[in-house]
Amino acid sequence: MAALLEVDGISKSFSGLRAVQEVSFTVPEGEIVGLIGPNGAGKTTCFNLITGVYRPDAGQVRLAGQRIDGWRPDEICQAGLARTFQLVKPFAGLSVMENVVVGALNACSTVAEAREKSKIVIEKIGLWSKRDQAAAALTLPERKLLEVARALATGPRILLLDEVMAGLRPTEMNTMVALFQELNASTGLTILLIEHVMRAVMTLSRKVVVLHHGQVISSGTPDEVTRDPAVLECYLGEEAL
Amino acid sequence: MIKHLFDGVPRRGLLMLAVLFAVLLALPYFVSGYLITVLILILYFAYVGQAWNIMMGFAGQLSLGHALYVGLGAYAAAALYVHFGISPWIGLGASIVISAAAGAAIGFLAFRFGVAGVYFAILTIAFAEFARIGFDHFAWVQGSSGLFLPVANYTQNDLWNLRGSPTMFYYLVLGMTACAFILSHLLLRSRMGYYWLAIRESPEAAQALGINIFRYKMYAVVLSAAMTSLAGVVFAFFYNNLFPEQVFSISRSIELILGPIIGGVGTLVGPLVGAFLLTALAEGMGEMLLRLGVDVPGIKQVFYGICLLLVVMYLPDGVWPPLSKLLGLDHKTPDRGEG
Repeated sequence: MAALLEVDGISKSFSGLRAVQEVSFTVPEGEIVGLIGPNGAGKTTCFNLITGVYRPDAGQVRLAGQRIDGWRPDEICQAGLARTFQLVKPFAGLSVMENVVVGALNACSTVAEAREKSKIVIEKIGLWSKRDQAAAALTLPERKLLEVARALATGPRILLLDEVMAGLRPTEMNTMVALFQELNASTGLTILLIEHVMRAVMTLSRKVVVLHHGQVISSGTPDEVTRDPAVLECYLGEEAL
Repeated sequence: MIKHLFDGVPRRGLLMLAVLFAVLLALPYFVSGYLITVLILILYFAYVGQAWNIMMGFAGQLSLGHALYVGLGAYAAAALYVHFGISPWIGLGASIVISAAAGAAIGFLAFRFGVAGVYFAILTIAFAEFARIGFDHFAWVQGSSGLFLPVANYTQNDLWNLRGSPTMFYYLVLGMTACAFILSHLLLRSRMGYYWLAIRESPEAAQALGINIFRYKMYAVVLSAAMTSLAGVVFAFFYNNLFPEQVFSISRSIELILGPIIGGVGTLVGPLVGAFLLTALAEGMGEMLLRLGVDVPGIKQVFYGICLLLVVMYLPDGVWPPLSKLLGLDHKTPDRGEG
């Protein structure tokens, strides 16, 4: 079976600096895949290449077999790939409900329908009590949840999460991990996540891809990856010490 | 859409609006002459403010050259009337097409090439200036010597040709303002409204959520330009003269946007409140000083400046947000649209 998301040899340079070099990996349908690597490894650039913020210099990105590289971010979202931002970008002046409705309109034909869908998403994500608050009044963990809620409301087949756990307290992180596990189990939602918090990545992902200096240096199950000498050397080794 | 007309409007607000509208409808039976022209001016600014607010307040695109659309609309309809005797209501079609096309051209240039924020605002000023200089040398509409509409005695109101008494214009502008208000209300609750607000708050996030931001920004500019163009037509036929130096001048553009800024950018009622406060107070003060025998040129501009200063200092969100709180209309309706 073809993977839902196929990243095939993508590269991107910024004025000579090769941020991402011939990166290839696949995300099978219904799986949770982690993308890890030290700071500056090119993880977020990879996300931006997949989601259409940048156009790859070379290589292809395929969603369910269809090439999406070179598409605009809105077209990619409409095709079923939603993302969150590492630096959260809430619609600060709008309420939580309105924020999520904007996302839900991607999947709904009327505003009324989008509002109903948003209620379900907000309830599920655990922001129900805050639904009428302005997004500007939310705490950072709540903003991260809102970011996820908005992306989820677009009705994606695959969700790209860019460091949603960073800055969360352990209990908040556990809630978030449980949420993604539940979403994955109940709806079959495919997830690709960039994460620095190792515990979260290792718990969630069945497959991990490791980036270093813009290249894939290892991939496999969390166990395999953590035993890979190349990974230990560049990344986990330092942390383990 | 009509059945959702009153969705999310607090009952008290609806009542106040109804009373306000009734009072405005009845006013010409009680006041006349000078006061009617002041009221026309207030409603005119409220209407244009509402049109500008769609672009800036909703979609977050700052236009400092809205006089361009007023002027193009005014000139198109007036020239067709003067040269061919074409009714302004037919001329309005041309006005709207020309203004909307100008808006589309500016929008396309800016949004296609990533001109945003203050640079976009400068682009809008530049186009208004092009028009001002261009029309100065546009012989078909008499260039800088001005285009004059034939003035007859207003014995009978001729709504078809927009020749008539100030009272006729008053009702016309009142109708326009009411329609613009209702349209803005409906737009805000529509898909397009949500998309505009999202683009205003964060274009990147909006695009990541599947919104074609280029298209929706274009809609905002074109709609705002088209609505403003109608104001230009009425302006031309009310004042009966057009000078490029005045119609397209940047001070006109600024004058148009003071109302919504002082009233509250992005709010529905802001443009109304702002237009009323500014125009009524400025005219009232001018009149008072005149009665006292003080004739100070430029007093209106000084007044505008002071108002703007005070609002920026003490009410950065405009007058309406705190005022609505005072009137008890500020509650965020839980689940907007199900009230």
